[in-house]
Amino acid sequence: MVVAPPPCAAAGRCRAIAIGASAGGVEALGTLLPRLPADFARPVLVVLHLPPRHPSPLASMLDARCAVPVREALDKERIRPGTVYLAPPDYHLLVETDGTLALSVDPPVLYSRPAIDPLFESASAAYGEALLAIVLTGASADGAAGLAAVRRAGGTAWVQRPDSAAHPTMPQAALQMAGADAVYTLEEMGRQLALLSGTSHHPHPPTGEPRDERHGT
Amino acid sequence: MDEDTRLFDIEVRLLLEGVYQVYQHDFRNYATASLRRRMQQAMEHFGCTSISELQHRVLHDRRVFAQMLQFFTVQVSELFHDPGYFLALRQEVVPVLKTYPSLKVWVAGCSTGEELWSLAVLFDEEDLLERTVFYATDINPVALRTAEAGIYPLDRIARFSANYRQAGGRRSLSDYLVTGYDAAAFDRRLRKQVVFADHSLATDSVFSEVQMVSCRNVLIYFNRALQDRALGLFHDALVRRGFLGLGSHETVRFTAHAEAFEDLVPEHRIYRRR
Repeated sequence: MVVAPPPCAAAGRCRAIAIGASAGGVEALGTLLPRLPADFARPVLVVLHLPPRHPSPLASMLDARCAVPVREALDKERIRPGTVYLAPPDYHLLVETDGTLALSVDPPVLYSRPAIDPLFESASAAYGEALLAIVLTGASADGAAGLAAVRRAGGTAWVQRPDSAAHPTMPQAALQMAGADAVYTLEEMGRQLALLSGTSHHPHPPTGEPRDERHGT
Repeated sequence: MDEDTRLFDIEVRLLLEGVYQVYQHDFRNYATASLRRRMQQAMEHFGCTSISELQHRVLHDRRVFAQMLQFFTVQVSELFHDPGYFLALRQEVVPVLKTYPSLKVWVAGCSTGEELWSLAVLFDEEDLLERTVFYATDINPVALRTAEAGIYPLDRIARFSANYRQAGGRRSLSDYLVTGYDAAAFDRRLRKQVVFADHSLATDSVFSEVQMVSCRNVLIYFNRALQDRALGLFHDALVRRGFLGLGSHETVRFTAHAEAFEDLVPEHRIYRRR
């Protein structure tokens, strides 16, 4: 029996979305991100565990399939609504409280760089309760500590239903350490995300002062 | 921003101000997000329950500060990291450098020396080594000593060799290394072309005119104000039409000096001073 889950009310207040994925993540993101409508008003920050040593075709691959622009994050780039930013291979992706992206080559976390925990923790520090963090398929425990930090700060947590994930370890670890506001299959998650389009009252990110836009892309 | 983060950031700012006042090391304009994470790790390392407690120890004990420096500046790279960068230097920059009778190259924020030694090997293969002085600078004395020693564990060398080949290396990396026990050291012939020096991009000024600056994955640790300062130093140090190499996802685009540099190899973040 398949019952459509109710909309996640807590997600309504979110101003940014952070997503972590590992093994099986290319397919999962390829299912999820194309469901974002062209008028999607929030930024989406994504860490996918990648082999560190090659330029990744993932951003251009997803960009071609998505209604919203998908690109690799640049250091000090201002976060724009309706854009998907991917962590580049071999860099951690972080969010600054002034609404810009930052990269780091700090040591791998749980053997991964990029890693999900640093993204979730820094995004949580920047957006607080206005962050929606999502853990997808993976064979790792990365993201669990970050998701716990997100929930402590009042943010919303979604986790891919483990039995629907290509690799259930990462969603399971996240649920075990952090719990979740909702557990969805990718299809359900895509529908729920699409419901968020156009409803944000604050399309511009974090808490800092509005900044000079001259150097924006 | 939630209340815990706000307090944590305030405490970190106070610590950085104290460190600057007491030790004249200026981390006040370091990018917050990665610093916050490392300060948490430092707290755990020193067994402190708050940054204020850590601050007390750092300000009152110079040895604790010396250890803290490792948390302010942890970066470990590889030889020929991003081989494409070195290949692009070989193809696009070296032919121009060959037109200079003598060369100075500044490796800013050289950390433990991987980028420096990669450049030294590259310059040797291009017959530029003998006419080049490398300035390798960093604020971390422990990292500088490691860089100067030029000794790396053998288990890292295999990875380095693969990078070296992808970077267009013409010999064998072992030609440049003296191996013994479980480590390999760079040949003295390379080392005599390098000057190691303590230099801060946050507080010091330009010390020489150079034809090239290589500064990879250092600016990502700075906020925009400090990036502006550092790029200003590079601009002032570089000769007209001199070269600047950054990390693969760093850019001058969001800084005050965006117009002062032009793209030479955009894919590998190699710029040329206008």
